[in-house]
Amino acid sequence: MAKRSAPEVNAGSMADIAFLLLIFFLVTTTIETDSGLNRKLPPMEEVIDPPIIKQKNIFTVVVNKNNQLLVEEDLSDISEVRSLAVEFLDNGGGVGEDSCDYCQGKKDSSSSDNPEKAIISLKNDRETSYKVYIAVQNELVAAYNELRNREYSRLNPMSGMNFVQANSRYSDPRTSISEKQKLKPQLSLVKSMYPQKLSEAEPNKN
Amino acid sequence: MSKFKKKKGGELPAISTASLPDIVFMLLFFFMVATVMRDSTLMVNNSLPAADQIQKLDKKDRVMYIYAGKPSSRYEDKYGSSARIQLNDKFAVVEEVGAFVLAERASKRQELQNVLTTALKVDGDTKMGLVSDIKQELRKVNALKLNYTTRIGDYTQNID
Repeated sequence: MAKRSAPEVNAGSMADIAFLLLIFFLVTTTIETDSGLNRKLPPMEEVIDPPIIKQKNIFTVVVNKNNQLLVEEDLSDISEVRSLAVEFLDNGGGVGEDSCDYCQGKKDSSSSDNPEKAIISLKNDRETSYKVYIAVQNELVAAYNELRNREYSRLNPMSGMNFVQANSRYSDPRTSISEKQKLKPQLSLVKSMYPQKLSEAEPNKN
Repeated sequence: MSKFKKKKGGELPAISTASLPDIVFMLLFFFMVATVMRDSTLMVNNSLPAADQIQKLDKKDRVMYIYAGKPSSRYEDKYGSSARIQLNDKFAVVEEVGAFVLAERASKRQELQNVLTTALKVDGDTKMGLVSDIKQELRKVNALKLNYTTRIGDYTQNID
């Protein structure tokens, strides 16, 4: 009787399996992306005739060289910035054509007229730490996002998203074009209700 | 003689190793693809500040990076310990930022030249003076889209 050895397993398809796995990982691996606060700088042209802005429509935030905060002339803590900014932006104290029908603020006549006129002015010192500056920027952006989220959810109750989620969905390259076209007017409407008017003064020289 | 003779010796056949190269190549390719290549070696300390109201910086081809911070310990004795700007692979002074941006812009495709974003990767302990100087330079060359690259985290991590 001839000696029978176990038949060798055919390894010819191993390469196919390997490539299949390789392609699977190629497709599913997402390379880590950076993220951060997006800002836009003002263009360089000198404004010859700067528009006159009422003092009550400006919300001043000053950070000094010891990283202390002065919000509307009062020394305050960074944890208060967000709520103070929301209160200021959402005040809607204007009357007549300046009135704001979607604001839910106190309608204080000594604070901003409406969100379109409200300007946040941020001034920092050359010695201010970058960390603190980012923290303040973060809180101011958070104030805008909080109001935009509220309005977006109110106007689009069926979407199940808030403004920030909708915005990141809009900027995601994987979102289909038809969905982007649907999101775009919704987003720009909310953006125009609470435009981000964040002005940065050039820092103090000392 | 019985027809069903017991097989002699429990010798197992050797496992074929012909597919081993495939597995190795697969791993190799995987790591090649998944590894993020840093296009410039970091010569400055770069612990980014934390923020949570962030937006993703997709599409790497339309981003240019400016690093700033204190020179890392290797370079400290040569370049001192005050915060510096790093452009590509070398330290730079503020005045060079404009030229760098223009060169980067010129190296991109035509249709991307107007949508470029500048990502500022600045160490958290840097003073704002340097950052404002960079911002002024960026304004001069009309590179107005800016991204302060941050870590994901609560703002309270920045206050110490």
